[in-house]
Amino acid sequence: MIGGRLVPAVVGLPDDALMWLLDRWSDLLLAVADGSGLVMLEYGFMHRAFLVGILIAVMAPLIGTFLVHRQLALIGDALAHTAFAGVAVGLFVNATLGTGISPYLTAVVVAMIAALAIELISEVTDAYNDVSMAIVLSTGFALGAVLISLDSGGLAVGVNQYLFGNLSTVTNENTVLLVGLFSVITLVVGATYKQLLYVTFDETAARVAGIDVRWYNRIVAMLTAMVVVGAMQIMGVILVAAMLVVPVAGAAQVARSFREALLASVVLAELAVLVGITLSFYYETTAGGTIVLVAVGIYVGAVLLGKLGSDPDAVAGAGSTSEGRSADR
Amino acid sequence: MSLVELEGVSFGYTATPVVRDVSLAVESGEYVGIVGPNGSGKSTLLRIVLGLHEPDSGSARLFDSPAGAFAERERVGYVAQDVTGNATKMPITVAEVVLMGRFPHAGFGRIGPEDREKARDALETVGIDRLADRRITKLSGGQRQRAYIARALAGEADLLVLDEPTVGVDAESVDAFFGLLDGLNREGMTVLLVEHDIGAVLDHAGRVVCLNREVYFDGPPTEFADSDALDRAYGTTVRRDGDVTVA
Repeated sequence: MIGGRLVPAVVGLPDDALMWLLDRWSDLLLAVADGSGLVMLEYGFMHRAFLVGILIAVMAPLIGTFLVHRQLALIGDALAHTAFAGVAVGLFVNATLGTGISPYLTAVVVAMIAALAIELISEVTDAYNDVSMAIVLSTGFALGAVLISLDSGGLAVGVNQYLFGNLSTVTNENTVLLVGLFSVITLVVGATYKQLLYVTFDETAARVAGIDVRWYNRIVAMLTAMVVVGAMQIMGVILVAAMLVVPVAGAAQVARSFREALLASVVLAELAVLVGITLSFYYETTAGGTIVLVAVGIYVGAVLLGKLGSDPDAVAGAGSTSEGRSADR
Repeated sequence: MSLVELEGVSFGYTATPVVRDVSLAVESGEYVGIVGPNGSGKSTLLRIVLGLHEPDSGSARLFDSPAGAFAERERVGYVAQDVTGNATKMPITVAEVVLMGRFPHAGFGRIGPEDREKARDALETVGIDRLADRRITKLSGGQRQRAYIARALAGEADLLVLDEPTVGVDAESVDAFFGLLDGLNREGMTVLLVEHDIGAVLDHAGRVVCLNREVYFDGPPTEFADSDALDRAYGTTVRRDGDVTVA
């Protein structure tokens, strides 16, 4: 599989080493299954589902935090729909040329091109960001629909798993691809955290501070594309954007600092993914939908917790200084 | 060397210039207040000074290098109108915002204990160190503007550029805010301030620039009060410009 070989080459890890690591991960979960009697951990596809889920629950809120606080929450939706077009491109090319390209790889490429297009459209046409997102979203979905209808024979059948996600379709190759995406995303965010934070908080001040805002916007958009494709495997195109937004929104309710918010969003996402995957196994529900519903439940809990917790903070601050008393609000 | 040097700068977002043929130099240690009516190009002029806009004609220099290509970004602190209160609901503490002043120093490197100490010192200087762990959105407008000054101080800026910093700040806090600027200026900070409140500029700045697309006055506050620049810049009165009458 091209997708399997290309990504480790980029990350610098040989394919075999990643496969070896996957085997050890399986051994670990099997041991847990033996010790705890958890039936779901006896299946290989569940091992992959949990690994992929855990990785997604780190990278989606990591990027989502930088999106939500710039009021770009919808970019995930737009890119998810273009990723769907990317899948259609991959399936179409495979069907017509008889190649074996992973549709996830074409989805990454198409989504990243779309991510750049969103930034460029808003830069060039001076439009609001949500306008360019809406344009790219529609284009993506239209392109996907047209390509699928062109060869509706075998194609339409295969598309369902990308639209709705499926635990059992997570293959070893897909997992390796996701590990690659995960490494790239965490490394890039780790290296550019300060710049991303500054740009997210105040674009103009960031420019005055000498940060090339346009480039960081593009970087964020492309990282978003990677997350979307990574998460597509179990969430499905339609629900993928929820992972970028819902845990982040919940974390913002309970966290005070940006670092706390980042950490809390990852914790909430992990909780949603682990509980969601478990529930979807035992009740045989769709994984993406279950994870999102759990995440929304957690979000509601965070809102309630935030409302309880934020009041003492406001009371403690007021009246502590003369300026506090005359606070102009 | 002038910290800011504009020479014959004209700029327009469209064909109509927003600022026309503006020449202005700010020397180290000065406290310059720019006044002018709404839409007179004050904020645009600041954006040109900061290198956010390239002038259509003329030259803009910052610390003796072209403003657009100016590299030592940490030397300039920028405080805008307080829009953060409404614009962002981002969870971020005062301490985190002030620490951003250290980011240009750190580049891609790590923020160290020394950076944190400088940020703490800056918070003490502006008198809001006790608010360090509060969310910036929970502060009053005046406190928030202090936090942005602290960010500039943490970056060890030599030049403080402020764009109508007291909009939306209550009167009592405005006085305290100008008191803080006076103190910083006495200690050597160069201040370039755009302000709609002419009285405040006359009280605090060492030099007044009156702008309405072009410079109408540039000199000490006492002379400005005696001149007719204010009427000419703000009023609709016809003025003589050479032998051309300009409405």
